[in-house]
Parts: sequence; C-alpha cells; structure tokens
Amino acid sequence: MTLHGLYPVPLPRDECTDLLRQMLRIRRFEEACAQWYGLQKIRGFLHLYIGEEAVATGVIRALADEDAIVATYREHGHALVRGIPANSVMAEMFGKVTGCSRGRGGSMHLFDATRRFYGGNAIVGGGLPLAAGLALADRMQHRARVTACFFGEGAVAEGAFHESMNLAALWKLPVLFCCENNDYAMGTSLERSQSQTDLCARAASYGMPAEAVDGMDVVAVALAARAAVAAVRAGTGPRFLELRTYRFRAHSMFDPELYRDKSEVALWRERGPLHTFSDRLKAQASLTEEDFLAIDAAVTAEIRDAVEFAERSPLEPVEDLLRDVHTPSAVP
Amino acid sequence: MTIREALREGLREALAGDPRVLLIGEDVGRYGGSYAVSKGLLEEFGPDRIRDAPLSELAFTGAGIGAALGGLRPIIEIMTVNFSLLALDQLVNTAAALRHMSGGQFSVPLVVRMTTGAGRQLGAQHSHCFDGWYAHVPGLKVLVPATVTDARYMLGAALADPDPVVVLEHAQLYNQSGALTGRPEPAEMWRATVRRPGRDISLIAWGGMLPRTLAAADSLAETGIDAEVIDLRSLRPLDDERLLASVRRARRALVVDEAWRTAGFAAEISARLMEGALYELDAPVARVCGAEVPMPYAAHLENAALPQTADIFRVARELVRGAPA
Repeated sequence: MTLHGLYPVPLPRDECTDLLRQMLRIRRFEEACAQWYGLQKIRGFLHLYIGEEAVATGVIRALADEDAIVATYREHGHALVRGIPANSVMAEMFGKVTGCSRGRGGSMHLFDATRRFYGGNAIVGGGLPLAAGLALADRMQHRARVTACFFGEGAVAEGAFHESMNLAALWKLPVLFCCENNDYAMGTSLERSQSQTDLCARAASYGMPAEAVDGMDVVAVALAARAAVAAVRAGTGPRFLELRTYRFRAHSMFDPELYRDKSEVALWRERGPLHTFSDRLKAQASLTEEDFLAIDAAVTAEIRDAVEFAERSPLEPVEDLLRDVHTPSAVP
Repeated sequence: MTIREALREGLREALAGDPRVLLIGEDVGRYGGSYAVSKGLLEEFGPDRIRDAPLSELAFTGAGIGAALGGLRPIIEIMTVNFSLLALDQLVNTAAALRHMSGGQFSVPLVVRMTTGAGRQLGAQHSHCFDGWYAHVPGLKVLVPATVTDARYMLGAALADPDPVVVLEHAQLYNQSGALTGRPEPAEMWRATVRRPGRDISLIAWGGMLPRTLAAADSLAETGIDAEVIDLRSLRPLDDERLLASVRRARRALVVDEAWRTAGFAAEISARLMEGALYELDAPVARVCGAEVPMPYAAHLENAALPQTADIFRVARELVRGAPA
C-alpha cells in the first residue's frame, strides 16, 4: 500500500468521513450514469468526473452556503457536493420534469438557484465572465461572498479566460478561479496546445496569487481551498488554484481515446483519489473496512433511489415547450 | 433636444432612480463615451457605477450577465455593433439561453446598448447593421429608438424588463434634434407606431432608416401618393397586430432595411405580411435594403450601399403607380 499526501490527515474524523462520502457519491453516481447511458435512458453528451472527485469535493466543502458556484459541462460531481439532491440531478440526466433544470438542460446544464449553482456551462471558458459578474455584484453590494469558478486547463487557451482574469484582478473581484487541470482538452494535451504549460504563471501575469495543488489528494485540495476562500472572502481580490488531476474515463461517451496510452491511465489510477484517501484513513485508524462498506452501501442506495426516481418521474408536457424563454411577468 | 441628450437623460434617470443600476463599457467614464452619450455621468455617479472597462467585450458583457444574476441592473455599452460580435457568445449562449436552460430558475435583467449603422465613412468594421441577427434569438428582446422621445424613455422600458434587452442606437441619429413629447406608456415602447398616417402604401422602417423614410413619404405626397410610415420600435417582440393593420388599410407595403437583403430582417417582415395579409395585398411586398457588400469607406460608395430617400421614393412610387413603361 502506498500512502500519498500529508500523514496523518490533519482534519477531524467526521470531516474526513464527509469528504470520503462525497467522493463516493460522485463515483457511484457517475457509474450509474455510464450504465444508464448504455441502456439509452441518458442521451446527448455525457462527461464523467471519475478520477477527479477530490477537486469538486475539496473545493466545494470549503465554501459557505451563501457562496456561488459556476461550473463546466463536467459538473455532476459539483452539483452533488453542493447539495443538489441526487434525485433531481439524475432526473435531469433522464430529461424529466423533476430534474434540476426541468429537463431543459441535461447533463451539461445543471442549475439550482436556491443553492447558488449557476451551471453547467458547455462553452469552454464561458463561465469565467459570469463568475466575474457575480463577484462584482457582491463587491458592489458589500457582501462577503465568494464565487468559485471551475474550468478545465483547456479554457486557458480561450480569450474569455484572459479577459476575465484581467477583469477580476483589475476590479479586485472575490472570485476563486479553480482550474481543473486533467491534462487533456478533449484529446489535446496541455503541452500540445499551450506555449506556457505552467498555468500558475498565467495567473501570476495578472498579478493574481496562484497555487498548484495535487488534485488527486482531497486533503490537499480541501486545505488549499480553505485558505484561498478565506483570503478571497477577506477582500484581497481573486485567487487561482491549479488542481492537477486526471480523468480516468473517456472525454465523453463518444471518445475512443486514441490520444493517450492505457499505461498512462493505469499510472494515474494508482493515484485514484478514493482509494488513496480511504487507505490513509484506515492506516491512521480513522476508518475501518466496515465503516467504508457502510458508507458505500448508503451511497449506493441513494444513487439507486435516484435512478428509480428518475425512471418513474414524468416528462414535461410538450405543450410547455415554449415556457421559460422569457420571464412570465415581462411586459411585452 | 438631441437624441444623444435624450439617451443621456434616460441614463441619468435610471442611475438616479435605482442604486442597482450601473453602466459598464469602454470609455464610458473618463472619456465621456465614444459617442458622448455618457458625458458627465462619471462626475455625477462615480467610477463604480460609470465603470470604464478594458477592451474585453466578451468578459464585460458576460460580467454584466453575472452582475444581473447577482442583483444589480447593469447596462452594458458596446462601442459599435461590429464589436458586439466579440461578445456574441455571452449574449446568445448565456444571456438568451439561461432562463430556458435552467428550467426557468434564472432571469437575466441585462440591458446592452450598442451603436449601430453606417453613414459616417467608418468602413467595413464600424458600420454594419446586425439588427436582424439579434432579433433572430429567442430569449433576447430588441429595441430600436428613432425619435427623441423614444430615445429618452426606451431605456426605462428596457430596464423594467426582467430579461436581456438589446438597445440599438443608430450612429446617424445621435445629432438629430426633436421635441420631447410626453412620457409614453412603458408598454408602448414595445409596440410599432404610425409616424405618418397614409392610405396608399405602408412604408415600414425602424432606427436609422426612419428619417429618410419620412422624407420619402413627404416627396411621395408631392406626387399625390399618401404614404403611411410605420416605426417598428421593437424588433423582438414584433408587433404583428399594428403592422398588419396598417398594411391591410394601405394594401401595399415596402420594408426599408439598412442591412443586407439576403436573410435580413426585411425578409422576416415580408414573410409575416404574406402569411397574415396576402389576399389583402394589391402588390407583392417590396424591400429596399443595403447593398450586399462590406461597407466601403469612400463617401460616394457608402451612399450607394445604403438605402437612400430617393430609392425609397422610387420603389414606393412604382409599387403604387406601376413600373414606368
């Protein structure tokens, strides 16, 4: 057994259990999505987060309820950790009216106003300007809130990234930029697409404090996120975290994975965020195998229930096709 | 009062009346606005609310969306409609789609003002007219002020709307003067209006084409043709009811559109008139549109590329009297 990261884990036991449970919820949810995609109950593009669970879990557990989240099209995990019920996330996958976007969004467009979850953005880099604006509203209205903005390393090539980083730094906006660096923009690796592969150097060019974090280690992510969130909340301006991670599955369900070796995937799987963390907890006697099995059983039941809920949920009537294009109270 | 001053008064009223309102754009503050619409507002409302932005149309338009979601009522100014193409992703993929895509959870109360249109010899990257492009998008609304009174009060109507509204200000109109008439009902800002009543033909125009269409109607009157001039004011939603009512009365219609003819907004109006009033028409719907060319710099070429009063007059007269033998 190989142990990674800080040992012993410098977090209270119940917090560790929570982090483990959240990562397991994502893993089991994603496995169910893959299964039900195969059964053609879920269609469209489906981007799985398996392998990257520590990133969303560590960052989002460091946020407060009043903070906002802007995420990408690979956001099932973020939605679940934020507290959107698995039922409504799964129902959205199934295109049902009980889904968190009434079946209008699908896998790539999960939303929840009450939990300040602003999507679910499938334009790479498209969420960054939005996050800057949410933060501008907080700053102008004197609210000590943080907007966490997730995006992949592929977004760093987009103009929206540079424009938004500049704007956020210039206006000292309370944004935590979370770059989920899984090394592949679909099938194009970082070194094949970027002249500067040190992503923190990109942030530094805007005068923004930046830190690279082992995104396979949920404890490292949680600690880095906690410090960064506190600094952003204190009004010191935006921060940038590069979370180095890896996606174990294909980009989407249509991806034959011609661009990377199986051996590379296998190497990263050895560093998988779930088993390395549970091994560490067991090694320091914070977790027993029975504990793990009990958590897993509860999570598995939750996801099974979510699938049942999604299956038996109704579709939105076609007569409602045109609803919600405009706000009903609008004048014209 | 000029249209520029009327627009400024509208901005001033909005800023003074609601602390959530702010103006974001390139050179809106210290420079005073590239077309001087926001001149003096920085001194009055301060740099937080008259917020100079870097040359990042995509980011500051998207930030406007985020700020609207966060409880502010941002007004984004984009220097010219050509530059708005840099922000098109945020406008179409986010602002227009967010409400539907989220199952109705989020409204985006955002106003985006932009300068549109040709006539100032600014060439092919500062002179175009993409009214129809914005009007194409469900989830957006499009207002086009063409008179002093509309310029004064349309912003208020746009801000009162809970959804994203694009306001197209024509560069040629800023210096136009006129009398400020009484405050219209807010709902009227979204409806077409008759600028000149007439019995023989409906001339349909909006924005920068309105003054020359009215001038053409005056010339037609001298030849005994009584033309009605309709100002659309709102391109989306489009006021089918008043549009069709006018055309049913006059039985002939000519649409004047500064933009390119192919797949332009004039084609949309023409189709609606065919669908709604074909059997009441005495002639096919006619269009006078911009020439299909990127806008040239030289004045004589630019003039030739734009619908002129003489073109409107000629086509309208042919429609009523028949083509000369």
